Amino acid sequence: MHEYAESAIETARLRGARYADARVIDLRQRDISTKNGEVGALSESESRGIGVRVLVNGAWGFASTDRLTREGVQLCAAHAVAIARASARVKVHNVELAAEPPRVDTWQNPFVKDPFRVSVEQQIAVLLAADSEMRAVRGVTLAEGGMAFRRIEQFFVSSAGSRIHQRRVQSGAGIVANSFLNDEIQQRSYPNSFGGQHALEGYELVESLDLPAHARRIGEEAVALHSAAQCPEGKRTIILDGSQLGLQIHESIGHPIELDRVLGMEANYAGMSFLTTEKLRTLQYGTEIVNVVADARLQHGPGLGTFGYDDEGVPAQCTRIITDGLFTGYLSSRETAAAIGETRSSGSMRADGWNRLPMIRMTNISLLPGAWRLEDLIADTDDGIFMETNHSWSIDDRRYQFQFSTEIGWEIRNGRKTRMLKNCSYSGITTEFWSSCDAICSRDYWTLWGTPNCGKGQPAQTMGTGHGAAPSRFRDVRVGIAFSQ
Amino acid sequence: MKSYMGSVKSKLRRTPRAARKPLKITKVARAGVPEWHPVQLNRAELHRIATRVLELSPARETEVEVTSSADALTRFANNTIHQNVAEEGLHISIRVAVDGRTARATTNRTDDEALGLALATAMQLAKFQLKNPNLPPMPGPVKPLPLKGRPRRPSLSRYFPKTAEMSPEDRARVVRGVVGLAAGLGQVAAGIFSNGFSETILVNSRGLAMEHAESKCEFSVTMMEENSSGWAKASSPDAGMLDPLALAERASDKARASRNQREVAPGHYTVILEPAAVLDLAGFLFYDFAGTAVADQRSCLTGRMGKPLFGENITLWDDVYHSLQTGAPFDGEGMARQRVLLVENGLPRNLVYARATARKMKARPTGHGFALPNEYGEAPMNLVFAGGDSSVEEMIRTTERGILVTRLWYIREVEPYEKIMTGMTRDGTFLVENGAVVCGIRNFRFNQSLIAMLCNVEALSPAVRASGEESFDMVVPAMKVRDFHFTEVTRF
Repeated sequence: MHEYAESAIETARLRGARYADARVIDLRQRDISTKNGEVGALSESESRGIGVRVLVNGAWGFASTDRLTREGVQLCAAHAVAIARASARVKVHNVELAAEPPRVDTWQNPFVKDPFRVSVEQQIAVLLAADSEMRAVRGVTLAEGGMAFRRIEQFFVSSAGSRIHQRRVQSGAGIVANSFLNDEIQQRSYPNSFGGQHALEGYELVESLDLPAHARRIGEEAVALHSAAQCPEGKRTIILDGSQLGLQIHESIGHPIELDRVLGMEANYAGMSFLTTEKLRTLQYGTEIVNVVADARLQHGPGLGTFGYDDEGVPAQCTRIITDGLFTGYLSSRETAAAIGETRSSGSMRADGWNRLPMIRMTNISLLPGAWRLEDLIADTDDGIFMETNHSWSIDDRRYQFQFSTEIGWEIRNGRKTRMLKNCSYSGITTEFWSSCDAICSRDYWTLWGTPNCGKGQPAQTMGTGHGAAPSRFRDVRVGIAFSQ
Repeated sequence: MKSYMGSVKSKLRRTPRAARKPLKITKVARAGVPEWHPVQLNRAELHRIATRVLELSPARETEVEVTSSADALTRFANNTIHQNVAEEGLHISIRVAVDGRTARATTNRTDDEALGLALATAMQLAKFQLKNPNLPPMPGPVKPLPLKGRPRRPSLSRYFPKTAEMSPEDRARVVRGVVGLAAGLGQVAAGIFSNGFSETILVNSRGLAMEHAESKCEFSVTMMEENSSGWAKASSPDAGMLDPLALAERASDKARASRNQREVAPGHYTVILEPAAVLDLAGFLFYDFAGTAVADQRSCLTGRMGKPLFGENITLWDDVYHSLQTGAPFDGEGMARQRVLLVENGLPRNLVYARATARKMKARPTGHGFALPNEYGEAPMNLVFAGGDSSVEEMIRTTERGILVTRLWYIREVEPYEKIMTGMTRDGTFLVENGAVVCGIRNFRFNQSLIAMLCNVEALSPAVRASGEESFDMVVPAMKVRDFHFTEVTRF
């Protein structure tokens, strides 16, 4: 596989590229889903190909092909060069890259059980057992479950001399119970909505989730939501569970810190960012207890943003994004780091396949744990709402104004979780929200959540990101407006 | 011509030994390859691969879809081309059915070993599948319905060679014109210009053989001033139908007109939604018209079929044959797509059905099924709204106080049965007073029931092909809607 990449690099260099890199990827994927006692999707796929990125006359070109022959990859590299020459006709300045020494390395994430060696029969049986538990609850009208496994083998070669082989195995699973009654659809998911939990782990992740053991509870909660009280409207104290807070971090911290957005490169599609460069190391993003890192290193955990090297060959790093509430770091690439005078990329360039250009993507963007026990946090709250599991999410194109809703909520009165609430939602302005955070639970409650479906770029790319979070409390937050009349 | 070989030798001399070691310069690298090498349609090769899969398959029933595609996209921002990409690929998707069990495996390799491995994987997966008494046998030969268009082979009526073969230089030329326009006006341009094609054949062991080729082209642009922006977008299988410079001028005008926005209090307003805004909202209804969604009781049409639900001025079809629509005239199983009346004068009339869903729900299949096996069944993918005879200009002229919306953004479903949607306005939101656009305003968040919205439509323009970012392209009108609910306002 390295040979294909090296051949492409050499062709690009001979055709005039000042810099070139190539990634040969072999992807294997398995998807299984169940619905109401039947197997839905049941498929395996493989995809192999090469993507070649070149810098010619100060401008970028990228081409990809699945023709993995010497002639195929050389044509692909020549195509990338021709594209770069066309790019150079419409440029304001030459692309410059922050320095990065070449690396020669092999990296693989640890896992216990290869999910592709666990029989499909066994995997289906787990989903059907959970399905059966959900449908045993009277009032559950739709039970769904799914598992997804990926193995990504990647060879990276650059004209600067890097040769990096990485192998990543990831797993994910989740279940959903729906209930339709009296013109209302309610839903509960476990362990998270939109596909469950995903991580850079083997099948041991699925086993640890124990889907059947939680299936009946979410079925019962989905049905009970019909008779729950409506989430009130007004300003309230809220406590978000870790999974919802993970998505809050993703949308209101992870995206605005992407330096390509800040510099206008995503203006037409994903949008820009309120975090303009003069705010670096001057903006108070949140309260002093808010500490956020972008950490792609294995020691942070087996997140979907964990790797050995990014797709520019930059080693995984930990970047302090928010330090004691102060905004201190961006996610950057070699090009964007150089553009703002930083000496080094933060190692955030990732592509979702051989046919996609690497771009700045979140790694594991995590809120560091605090010191609270969840029980103590609830006991410390006189009047509030505990919101669990995301239902909907939306934020403006500069990442200021957001609105989230959750599948379920619980009223907190005088330090106790009391009645169930349905149709919970909250909204706010990013920095005001993080400046209202006054308590974060400890590492005992901290989970590195996986978001497998982060979309960005044109052509579209879907990336997995990680978000470590523990339940946290926010004061004076607007709730309930999504259902206001 | 500058000596290419001389350049090669000089570069080799500068190349470190370690990096050069594995290189064996072939004829291609040394002699130079064409600067532009578009992938061509190759129906014969796709058929060869499919035939080979059928020959190799041990299954009683086998279905093969082979798709070849080539796409290129030039992306610009800050008046510079900053990303410029191309891809080519082959996709071979194999489904086997054995004794009421079915499964799928996919590869992008074409040698016998890879095809055999994909078949073996599909067979192995099928073994673990539950027996499904509702699984229909694969369909036999189906006669495709002709697409409207040029009088040539039906499968090519949406394929335009000049569009498929546009080069990076062609795209750069267009982008240079747009960037020049922006720079001349003191604005900053960002956007994309893309082209490509895909060619698909779908065959099965019972004699079904369907094919479709389609070119595509898309242009999208955001023009920005210091505190304002405007946006425009269009797509077509025929690049000749797009006018990127006119779109850029439109976006530029919006950016200029929305300088120094005012903040307007949220509340209920009459809104004038341009077609892209209607598309991105109304597109969220598409899966509600799936028979499976209603059977699963997750559609907003559950219990509402045949009862007045929308305003009488709302009529909606799914119609892949419409002259402004795109896509193949057959579904994931190879069934010919039917034109289906979904809503007639506000009444939900019909759903769409895959073969298995139709059997379950005692209905006729409509040719809207997804590739099997799947849990979602089917969906209408070619929505066409009936338009009206108004225009955006007339809607503005007849509005005492309202909001003109260019585009919506980050739309998500808050409540599935009343279809309460949330999202933001973006890139050109204007206050309308006394029949005229007054000024640009800061962007709003909305929380609005889609059903209620389609009950409150006061005027429609003729339907056009619209492109957005949240839904696939559809044929929709601009709409003037009363009582649209903006709940909050952002900072820009």
